[in-house]
Amino acid sequence: MPDDIAPSPPADRGYLTEKGFLSWACTLDHKRIGLLYLGTTLLFFLVGGVFALLLRMKLMYPGEELFSNKAYNVFFTLHGIMMIFLFIIPAIPSALGNFLIPLMIGARDVAFPRLNIFSYWIFLAGIIVILASLASPLDTGWTFYTPYSATTGAAVTVLSFGIFLVGMSSILTGLNFIVTIHRLRAPGLTWFRLPLFIWSMYATSIIQVLATPVVGITFLLLAAERIFGVGFFDPAKGGDPLLFQHFFWFYSHPVVYVMILPAMGIVSEILPVFARKPIFGYKGIAYSSLAIAFIGFLVWGHHMFVSGMSDVAGIIFSFLTFFVAVPTGVKVFNWIATLYRGSISLDAPMLYSLTFIFLFIIGGLTGPFLGALATNVHLHDTYFVVAHFHYTMMGGTVIGLFAGLHYWFPKMFGRMYSERRALTAWLLIFFGFNITFFSMFILGVQGMPRRWAEYPERFQPLHIASTAGSWFLALGTVLMFWNLFRSLFRGGPAQPDPWGSKTLEWRTGSPPPTHNFAEIPTVTEWPYGFGKKEKERE
Amino acid sequence: MSGTESHGGETPAQALATAKLGIWTFLATEVLLFGGLFTCYIVFRLKYPELFYTEHLKLNRPLGLVNTVVLITSSLTMALGIAAMKQGLRRRATACISLTILLACGFLGVKYVEWSEDFSHGLYPGTNLFFSLYFMMTGLHGIHVVAGICALCWVLVLARRGRFSPEYSTPVEITGLYWHFVDLVWIYLFPLLYLVG
Repeated sequence: MPDDIAPSPPADRGYLTEKGFLSWACTLDHKRIGLLYLGTTLLFFLVGGVFALLLRMKLMYPGEELFSNKAYNVFFTLHGIMMIFLFIIPAIPSALGNFLIPLMIGARDVAFPRLNIFSYWIFLAGIIVILASLASPLDTGWTFYTPYSATTGAAVTVLSFGIFLVGMSSILTGLNFIVTIHRLRAPGLTWFRLPLFIWSMYATSIIQVLATPVVGITFLLLAAERIFGVGFFDPAKGGDPLLFQHFFWFYSHPVVYVMILPAMGIVSEILPVFARKPIFGYKGIAYSSLAIAFIGFLVWGHHMFVSGMSDVAGIIFSFLTFFVAVPTGVKVFNWIATLYRGSISLDAPMLYSLTFIFLFIIGGLTGPFLGALATNVHLHDTYFVVAHFHYTMMGGTVIGLFAGLHYWFPKMFGRMYSERRALTAWLLIFFGFNITFFSMFILGVQGMPRRWAEYPERFQPLHIASTAGSWFLALGTVLMFWNLFRSLFRGGPAQPDPWGSKTLEWRTGSPPPTHNFAEIPTVTEWPYGFGKKEKERE
Repeated sequence: MSGTESHGGETPAQALATAKLGIWTFLATEVLLFGGLFTCYIVFRLKYPELFYTEHLKLNRPLGLVNTVVLITSSLTMALGIAAMKQGLRRRATACISLTILLACGFLGVKYVEWSEDFSHGLYPGTNLFFSLYFMMTGLHGIHVVAGICALCWVLVLARRGRFSPEYSTPVEITGLYWHFVDLVWIYLFPLLYLVG
């Protein structure tokens, strides 16, 4: 066990050497900015998680118990807003992306370091505005559908500006990454020698840059509706509430790929390392990231099948929706082919990656149920949607994030975590997650509507199962974070390349020095050349 | 890394290319931001063609035209400023940038007169869909003009401190690209709002 060895710190703390508030608040170092994002987003993950647990507690009872239905509405709105806007959208791109992109492409920093810390400040400002708006309890849900959001007494106007700021931060980060990937690659690092995480971050950044401004203007218009009485979304003034939904989903559907693509990138990095095999279908995985980003822009209407949109539009959106499953399938098959006859070691990053594939297959394959018009009408706004969403977003993105956290933890902090504790946490998370959310698939098919605070008694057994699962999930998550947190101070020293990886970030110290590399490396091959040489050595 | 502007490459030319890629990406974002409003415009104009025709007659066309000329001229002075900076003619460059700022302020002045006129006629953002679009579009554009004036003032200060040379004038160029974009948006807004039917 590498843990509990040394309370004394490893000799070289690299970029972490400097201490003090200003060395963090005004840093231009992409690694420090990445950690700032990581700390901030994980904080909101925990807060949003507490709200989720409260919701599940209440749902154990079919009536209005524990707390009022009004409070229930507020809690699920807060759970949604925090998890979506303050955690899952920025978590992997802004935190791991910032930390890893320059290291993985052999650069000293991102293209615009000042813009980078500026976007973190805007992010913080947005968070403060959003939190300020919570002074009046929000009860709109995270989708803010008009006309309710335009008329409710809650502080939707203030919240709109908060979300605008958070979105701006997201845009500027994406812009920075696009330019960084185009301009700052190390000598010899051609596009098809790029790590697949970089490909997925590139696709992610394109979505961030092109979709986020649309939600920006949507929230500005919503605010204008409340302040000036502008009537774009108000039928009484000739406007169209469906227009709001179109605008909202034009952003919010592509943005689910902002959430999932980076996690897919993480898995594509981890699998070949722990299977000791070259990644199968490199180009397929790389191009499928771009394809997902592109097709993702064309399918937003599948959120609106029962909204009163025209049947023709519904048919077209349904048709296009199936296309987005194709590049996703390409990835899954390539991952599985990578595992085939690999020499697999089940360390924590690999366990989480395999869990990602398992859960994402379930989450992904339940997508077509919802994308098909006929089944959608039955399943729309039921727990089936909640389950599908959480299987892809929590089972996909969050598990992918956990995989990445375990994989790059030694690089980030120069210390190892306890593998034993990591495995226990994984076990709890895996079972807790499936009990919590698989029950919801069944509930959904049986007709349990989402967002209801009270429900018919016949649904109660499955709700109790789901709630019990959520406790295991919470326990596992807390244990996982405790393990990582403890290892920040007590973990044994990490080698520069503890997993035997081949991407560039492992060719420098753990933790890396401030300028990343003593000398910018020259790249001569792709980063997945596992197997051949290792076999020759044997 | 010092982190000034960018350090996309070792040579100033490479740094300029990096900065330009950055600003172009930013402008792509801006297109989508305005795109939301243009979409609203298309939807509602197709739905209510008569409303758009009758309401647009209430706008002050001559002032709109004046503003179009003012803004196009400011794009010209901006381009001349960049050209002068590249030739090392600092005095001419600062004069051109100052003139650009002046024209931009003039544009906002005319806009102020127009809006005051509208308000005095009881035309507000909430009056009807046409005026909602008019105020939102010109308002968002106006905010971009203000941002442009700030950027231009910053460039002017740098220029007067002698920070630019024929080899290095990146901030001037990227501010110029942004300014042309602001101009371009107006060139779409003018016919869409003032010249309906």
